[in-house]
Amino acid sequence: MSEFDTNIPTTFDPFAEANAEDSGAGTKEYVHVRVQQRNGRKSLTTVQGLKKEYSYSKILKDLKKEFCCNGTVVEDPELGQVIQLQGDQRKNVSTFLVQARIVKKENIKIHGF
Amino acid sequence: MADEAQIDVKEEVPDIAPFDPTKKKKKKKTTVVDLDDDSVDKLAEKTENLSVSEGFDSTLAGAKKKKKKPVDISNLIDESVDAKNEDLDDLAEEDDQDAVSLQPRYPWEGSDRDYQYEELLGRVFNILRENNPELAGDRRRTVMRPPQVLREGTKKTVFVNFMDLCKTMHRQPDHVMAFLLAELGTSGSLDGQQRLVVKGRFAPKNFEGILRRYVNEYVICLGCKSPDTILSKENRLFFLRCEKCGSGRSVAQIKAGFVARVGRRTAGGT
Repeated sequence: MSEFDTNIPTTFDPFAEANAEDSGAGTKEYVHVRVQQRNGRKSLTTVQGLKKEYSYSKILKDLKKEFCCNGTVVEDPELGQVIQLQGDQRKNVSTFLVQARIVKKENIKIHGF
Repeated sequence: MADEAQIDVKEEVPDIAPFDPTKKKKKKKTTVVDLDDDSVDKLAEKTENLSVSEGFDSTLAGAKKKKKKPVDISNLIDESVDAKNEDLDDLAEEDDQDAVSLQPRYPWEGSDRDYQYEELLGRVFNILRENNPELAGDRRRTVMRPPQVLREGTKKTVFVNFMDLCKTMHRQPDHVMAFLLAELGTSGSLDGQQRLVVKGRFAPKNFEGILRRYVNEYVICLGCKSPDTILSKENRLFFLRCEKCGSGRSVAQIKAGFVARVGRRTAGGT
């Protein structure tokens, strides 16, 4: 019996739960960027699904500064925090998030027309 | 109605193309076959021939041909490279069939080298396309009509041929509607004549983009690209099964996501 025990490598456990960086690739956590119509030709951009670790208010501040628009962080009971920006900023937001390496390009989903 | 006709014609063109330009094909073929025969013999004569054929071409077809010619000149030095390049050209210019059919019939004609896989593949597909084009499989059989959109008042949009499109995609109107509304981020409903009424102003192009995404996600089979699929629900999960190749996959549920509060708030609040 003791022979078997010695054979088992100790450093790597193949049956351990996949976690941390591995799971990120498999379960695509999309960042949804949506646009919503308001009255007239005004619209609203919402960014949903950013990782919890990021400071939303800081991202928002940069977004606002970059696109010269106003915006807020909205608390949603189901979806958590959502960034809202004034105007149709979908393209801007996605390029910004990719450039700042906050989200990978394939994890951004742009909705709307 | 005019739109429909247009679209139909556009879809039809690639089908007809291989047969139609017969005169061009013939002329070009003679010249290039010349070239190929020569290439076995001498280099000097080749260049001569080339210049002749070049003049001939420019009278025939113009700029397009000229662009093509230089490639041939540089490649005539090495035959195998020549053949390969032609094949690449074939692949690249899939859309304008004129150019393809203007190539020599078979690149290996006049030489006793081995056939290359791409050449043989191209030959098979050419023959297939000529004899029974429905087997070639390189055409879009599904013709989606462009969405017809009306404005109802200033704040609502009516999607007139919504039902039609659902039928062509073989999808439940409910499912398509859920997707459309989720993507548009608005609310809407079907009216008495089975038209979709959506709140907000939208252009036909907007609907088209979303429908395109819908088709990609919920209609097209990933394996064989055929739109001949069935969407079924098996214990709360949606599955897509292809009728052509039998493959299946699961598709994501439609989720509306976050919808910001737009418009006036009521005094009482929620």
